[in-house]
Amino acid sequence: MGGGRACPKCGTVNPADAAYCNLCQEPFSRKGDSPVRRAPMLPFNEAAASNIRRSRLLFLLLFAAFFGLGGIVGKVYGSVPMGLSLALILYAILASTAYFSGSSIVLSIHDAKETDSGEHRQLLNVVEEMKIAAGLPMPKVYVMESQGMNAFAAGRKPGEAAIAVTTGLLSRLNREELQGVIAHEMAHVKSRDTLHNICAAVLVGAIALLSDMFLRDTFFFRGRSRARGEGGGRGNVAFLLLGIVLALLAPLAARLLQMSISRQREYHADAAGAEFTRNPLGLASALEKISREGAEVPGENRGTQHLFIVNPLRAFTADSSALLSTHPSTELRIQRLRAMAGLGT
Amino acid sequence: MQWIPAILAIAIVAWFVGTYNRLVRLRNQIQNAWHQIEVQLKRRHDLIPNLVEVVKDYMSYEQETLARVVEARGAAVSARGTAAQAKAENALTESLKSLFAVVENYPDLKANQNVASLQEELTGTENKISFARQYYNDSVMTFNNTIQSIPSNVIASVFDFRPSEYFEAGEEAKAVPKADLR
Repeated sequence: MGGGRACPKCGTVNPADAAYCNLCQEPFSRKGDSPVRRAPMLPFNEAAASNIRRSRLLFLLLFAAFFGLGGIVGKVYGSVPMGLSLALILYAILASTAYFSGSSIVLSIHDAKETDSGEHRQLLNVVEEMKIAAGLPMPKVYVMESQGMNAFAAGRKPGEAAIAVTTGLLSRLNREELQGVIAHEMAHVKSRDTLHNICAAVLVGAIALLSDMFLRDTFFFRGRSRARGEGGGRGNVAFLLLGIVLALLAPLAARLLQMSISRQREYHADAAGAEFTRNPLGLASALEKISREGAEVPGENRGTQHLFIVNPLRAFTADSSALLSTHPSTELRIQRLRAMAGLGT
Repeated sequence: MQWIPAILAIAIVAWFVGTYNRLVRLRNQIQNAWHQIEVQLKRRHDLIPNLVEVVKDYMSYEQETLARVVEARGAAVSARGTAAQAKAENALTESLKSLFAVVENYPDLKANQNVASLQEELTGTENKISFARQYYNDSVMTFNNTIQSIPSNVIASVFDFRPSEYFEAGEEAKAVPKADLR
């Protein structure tokens, strides 16, 4: 990226015309150092499209990293195609398991119960309103028994989507705020983020597994008895070292990419959800309440933290390490939503 | 190099088919969106008699407001044609708003479980109507943009795809901006 602009906070190089840092969302002031953190005003469509583009790019990187690792491992053992096909098979197995049982596992981990009428009339109405606004089929609606306020969406495609919310969320949000939250989840469903999440998680898992296998094999079973073929010698040693370094670094890098994808998708869902309700302030006010009152859910664990509207395990402030967050800081999300409504900070 | 024209021809045909199918899909999306609006309007018509039934015993002094709702509903049910229908439905929306404003003055009415659930149903239906309308208008915009822009306008004119009409909101609805929540 020639002529880029380095972020004063985290050092990431951004495009020259960037209005805020791509990584930590630090806004770039136009002249001098303005102490005011202000999200740039972005129209819904543009915000949504740029986040989608970014997350696609990151996805490609993740794929490339995975197959690159497979190729290097293959090279060390003498055959690149073999490494690539090993990677492919590994991915196919993991992905199909996740694809076919992912959403039911997630729903049962968090103890979500399906609801179809009666006591949650308002919730069902709001979901139906948003399904109409998004032009999607009606998802199944689940409720989790918890004081914390949170929500997530699951399901591979819009036709079999599920949206789950906690009872704490239902009791403490007003109708407009609930609408904002449901619209955010509906946006995840519409852009198939749930499927993206599954794919990203599987890739990260596969990279970790591949690295693990490789390292274990290299350090514990590296007897001379293993036939190395004629390709042995210096070249192979270099590739072995490269492989080790990659295997050590790849899982971490993959994790960072996954987090980054997750953050872009969250921003996208905020913007797209606001387009459904035409009322960004509903979600902004809901996020404010959630960050004040807590977002814990039943059965919370690190494997599913990125699915929720607000991370149930950690609260991200504007100053927490952006690199490892599943979500953008709630504060900045609220700022962006308010900017969409034409309000400054 | 004889295969270059062949590839070019295939690409053109593929674009042609793709664009045509896209236009058909968008047109059907508009029809479906229109159908959604009608479903919700019908649902509102069905809910109102229940509401009137529950409310009328409490509201002996407000017979006029009630009568207006019943009348507006009758007009909306019998309205024919898009423009007339839109106008009647907007009038019905207004009459319901004034009814709910009056309900606020009757604490025991507000406390009534039936009224509360009917009110939620009607609010939900109102919202569904407006979101269905929004989706309809968005679909119309996408469709109209597509058939009017180059190059897809060529196919649109060959197959006679006409621009669709927007569903206009009532004057009152346009004038109300969303309030700041805090």
